[in-house]
Amino acid sequence: MIVGGRTALPLRVEALRQLRRRRTAFALGFLVLLPFILVGAFALAGPSNSQPGQTDLVDLATSGAVNFTIFTVFASAGFLLVVIVALFCGDTVASEASWSSLRYLLAAPVPRGWLLRQKLVVALGYSALSLVLLPGVALGAGLAFYGWQPVHTPLGDSYPAGEGLARVGLVMAYLAVWMLLVGSLAFWLSTVTDTPLGAVGGAVGLVIVSNILDAITALGSLREVLPTHYQFAWTDALGIPVQYDAMAKGCVGALAYSAVFLVLAWRHFASKDIVS
Amino acid sequence: MRFGEMWRSFRRWPRGQRIGAAGLVLVLLAGVAVAVAALRDPAPRTEDVRIAVADGPARDQRVTIDATIYVPAGVDAGHRAPAVLVAHGFGGSKADVAADATELAKRGYVVLAYSARGFGASTGRIALDSPDYEVADARQLVDWLAARPEVQLDRPGDPRVGVTGGSYGGALSLLLAGYDQRIDAIAPLITWNDLGRAFFPNAATPNAAAPNAATPSSAAGAAPTDGVFKRLWAGLLFSAGGAARPASVGPGSSGSPGTAGGPPDPCGQLAVQLCREYQQTARTGRPTRALLALLRRSSPASVLDRIHAPTLLVQGQTDSLFPLSEADLNARGIAANGTPVKVVWYAGGHDGSGELAETDRLRDLVAAWFGHYLAGGPDPGTRFEYTRISPPRASDSSAPRTRTVIAPEHPTQPQHALVPLAGPAQTVLNPPGGNPAAISSLPGLGDVPALALSGLGTDLPGQAAAFESRPLNAAVAVVGSSTVDIVVASSGSEAVLFGKLYDVDIAGRAELPRRLVAPFRVTGLRPGVPRTVTVTLPGIVHRFDAGHRLRLVLATTDQAYAGPTDPAAYQVSLAAGTALAAPLVPGTPKPTGASPVWWLAVGLLVVAAAALAGGQLTRRLRPRGAVASRPELAGVPLVVEDLVKAYRGGLVAVDQVSFRVEHGQVCGLLGPNGAGKTTTLRVLMGLVHPTSGLVRVFGQVVTPGAAVLARVGAFVEGPGFLPHLSGLDNLTLYWRATGRPLAEARLDDVLAVAGLGDAVHRRVRTYSHGMRQRLAIAQAMLGMPDLLVLDEPTNGLDPPQIRAMREVLRRYVAPQGAAPGAAVRGEGATGRTVLVSSHLLAEVEQTCTHVVVMNHGRLVAAGPVPDLVGAGRLEDAFLQLLEQPSSSDDHRVMVAGGDQQATETR
Repeated sequence: MIVGGRTALPLRVEALRQLRRRRTAFALGFLVLLPFILVGAFALAGPSNSQPGQTDLVDLATSGAVNFTIFTVFASAGFLLVVIVALFCGDTVASEASWSSLRYLLAAPVPRGWLLRQKLVVALGYSALSLVLLPGVALGAGLAFYGWQPVHTPLGDSYPAGEGLARVGLVMAYLAVWMLLVGSLAFWLSTVTDTPLGAVGGAVGLVIVSNILDAITALGSLREVLPTHYQFAWTDALGIPVQYDAMAKGCVGALAYSAVFLVLAWRHFASKDIVS
Repeated sequence: MRFGEMWRSFRRWPRGQRIGAAGLVLVLLAGVAVAVAALRDPAPRTEDVRIAVADGPARDQRVTIDATIYVPAGVDAGHRAPAVLVAHGFGGSKADVAADATELAKRGYVVLAYSARGFGASTGRIALDSPDYEVADARQLVDWLAARPEVQLDRPGDPRVGVTGGSYGGALSLLLAGYDQRIDAIAPLITWNDLGRAFFPNAATPNAAAPNAATPSSAAGAAPTDGVFKRLWAGLLFSAGGAARPASVGPGSSGSPGTAGGPPDPCGQLAVQLCREYQQTARTGRPTRALLALLRRSSPASVLDRIHAPTLLVQGQTDSLFPLSEADLNARGIAANGTPVKVVWYAGGHDGSGELAETDRLRDLVAAWFGHYLAGGPDPGTRFEYTRISPPRASDSSAPRTRTVIAPEHPTQPQHALVPLAGPAQTVLNPPGGNPAAISSLPGLGDVPALALSGLGTDLPGQAAAFESRPLNAAVAVVGSSTVDIVVASSGSEAVLFGKLYDVDIAGRAELPRRLVAPFRVTGLRPGVPRTVTVTLPGIVHRFDAGHRLRLVLATTDQAYAGPTDPAAYQVSLAAGTALAAPLVPGTPKPTGASPVWWLAVGLLVVAAAALAGGQLTRRLRPRGAVASRPELAGVPLVVEDLVKAYRGGLVAVDQVSFRVEHGQVCGLLGPNGAGKTTTLRVLMGLVHPTSGLVRVFGQVVTPGAAVLARVGAFVEGPGFLPHLSGLDNLTLYWRATGRPLAEARLDDVLAVAGLGDAVHRRVRTYSHGMRQRLAIAQAMLGMPDLLVLDEPTNGLDPPQIRAMREVLRRYVAPQGAAPGAAVRGEGATGRTVLVSSHLLAEVEQTCTHVVVMNHGRLVAAGPVPDLVGAGRLEDAFLQLLEQPSSSDDHRVMVAGGDQQATETR
């Protein structure tokens, strides 16, 4: 009756265990609600009072569905999406430890490396879902309220909406790779600490510290090594022509950091004495 | 932690880890040493010198030049090096060029940086690069260099020397090369061709000839007498030259201001005649003939045909003082002799600073030029280079904004793109007094974005006429000066206008590239009679994107220039049938450093290193030397062999514990708090790594996630449930997490043990402690495992529940159909095994068949309950056992009777 470790903790089971949590519902629910909140805010605000000749992403947000999607992504990529990805990835192991159910799961038996793998896959799956949900719902809301219009950029360029949609896809693909860095960091912290708040808060805190260091221009080209230096490199995908060099560097950096964090997580968890 | 403790803990590391750490420290130290050695360049030797020179038309004025000579390390009379003379810009001194001089010296040249007469600590008055004064001084500096032992000589008295400098110093380079044939190479930067035309530009030529058969940015030579006075720049430079010098000036200088208590001198350090002519011009706005003659003498345009030294001409794209056309005219004149000329346009200029200054690129260009023509290095060629400037990127604030483009040559007949403009004839007014005047740029601030200046009135209403093109189908990358024909009629006898070419984007925002304007004056008009002129707009490197429009604006005023003060009205329109001709110079962008490929390589290296580290470390965690499975123990549920668990800091929780639990037993694990029971159980569950020793379950060694743990059900240190799921869901999902089919779970039996009834459908967060306890025991029993491990199962249960639990445990070990207690009497060897840890000794006495007693991490006793208890109670026996001093050699071991195998003494 001894079963091989490979069939332990199937992905469906882990996904179900995470699904019915309140925080999952809140996070995904908020992402669905956010575009409609923005639509309401724009409707209340009335015509923008910025100077003529000075347009910003905000002013262009109501000019079409794809513009609205780009604005929503821009508004949330800096902090909200980082927090949500850190939440999904950082609280998965730590919350099991805090509920004392981790030891029973490990004794089931679920091999430690396998447990991490399944939990990471499900956490990344939820993160990817949120990365798809936000622009998807924003696009829907934009279509309903602003219509299918060509895309205008703050620099004055414009291109058809279909091409804009493809570019938004490129932006989300880049964000998916970059968010891997945040998720890996949160996941590693999740194996180190027993409190979910410590893991999620620690990951978000380190991202904030990295952003602060990135603002110190005196560091010069040393800043390129910081993990969050290329956080907004996806804006290059929206200009004419598309410039890939910053995004390429961002992807490589994110993958390198993720590899380091994940190895740290595996190594720590494998050699750790579980006392939770 | 003190050093001694750190050292001791380091000594306790496994050897491989120690070697690895020591190696890492050594590698780091070596890296630091290499970095320090590489970064330390041998600094050149510097020496401040005062050189006495004689200048003036009769060579009778004595002046002391303050200079610094930089000699590279390793250069002396035995190893001579070529020399470079470095001149500074207007208003500066030798201190401004100290950094450039040091850089050149590091590359192996003997560098002489000096302050020109009238600047810094040099005596004399400023004569504006006059051949009689500054150029004569420089020739004597070359004589001085020829006399130095470190300087390489071509012939006696003829050193191998190059000259470089920016602006004022650049013109000196050109003039010196024209007047002194000993100069072997020059690199003038951002300098002028004709100083008169630079300060009195006139961009209009009377004949509407075909688009220029000339270099991309050459102003057709309109006479400076009719030019528009560039008064802001002139005033700035005059002030820089006129600043009074501190009183400590050496004797023998001529004309030091304000020493003898006389009236303060408004001319400052400027030569007297120059100063007077300028003051006259500044009053009227029209140049005097004497001033133009002076400026002409100070212009390289007068000696271009005599320059035979190979010339590197660098001009700034962000420069309203000496625009790109000045360099093009120099280039044409010098190249006509057959002298090698290389033209480079770069992003900075008198108005550009910061990143646009491209300091490193210029230093490399100058060094490469001198490297070939002075030192015999590789030939840099004469390809034409210009720079594309992009706006700052939000996505990557450290990304470079400039991109060098290299064209095969500086074209003399560039292609043109013809862009038709449209617009009605418009009347524009020149206000009385020239006030208000539009602001196009402020000297030194050419890179200020349009947004910042938009509030300052760039084009005032009524003063500007605009002509726009249609939106462009394709991008037009203009490199150089565009030309356009316009028709002007004036209410007076002349018209002064300022031509600007805007880039208008889709949103309607207009940008003036580099904030440059082209002033022009049309003279000899009759009131109301139109004249057609060709206007040459400023030289720019700018890409007009597809969908953008070109807008030509003709304005009547500009703050930086002196327009007429009399009110006038002009009517301007486009000449019929003509279009704006924009020069195009296609080229290939120079590849920038740090390409993504390099990044990819580094990234892959990091990933590979991480994977290697991960693989190596997980291999260490498997127990070494132990045989993974011993088939002869396959029937024994639990064997603990020499288990030791020691924590850092010295605490030994479990110390050489060995015992066995046989099939069908209900074994009690007893001991006071801190005895090591829970640690042992955690090792049994694979949660804690033992320091040494191992635990075997059914013959297999227990490691984290070992497959044999599927036959073990555990309840240790309290329940652990997902609070947001119901009790039933918790059990179901837990079972499904093991990967085994649901039918094997025996869910109904287990739920009967839990005895929760309908409450199993409620969320666990609503349960009481006792309910969770029972559910957790039920979870441990899922699948009816062969070895059931329970830690304090009766904690929180009320007496009926405790009794029920007792029955459950008894039934659990009994084989199917056998009477309860059969196993106790040793009948039948099938059924399951239970290991119970509890403090309730009365319960243990009733439930358990065997006992294991631990104290202070050591095994104290093990054997059947009757043997241990004897005649009395378990509690008494237990306390008596605890009082005995425990030692590893003397365990009171009960020899079991019957079928049980003997436990051994250690």
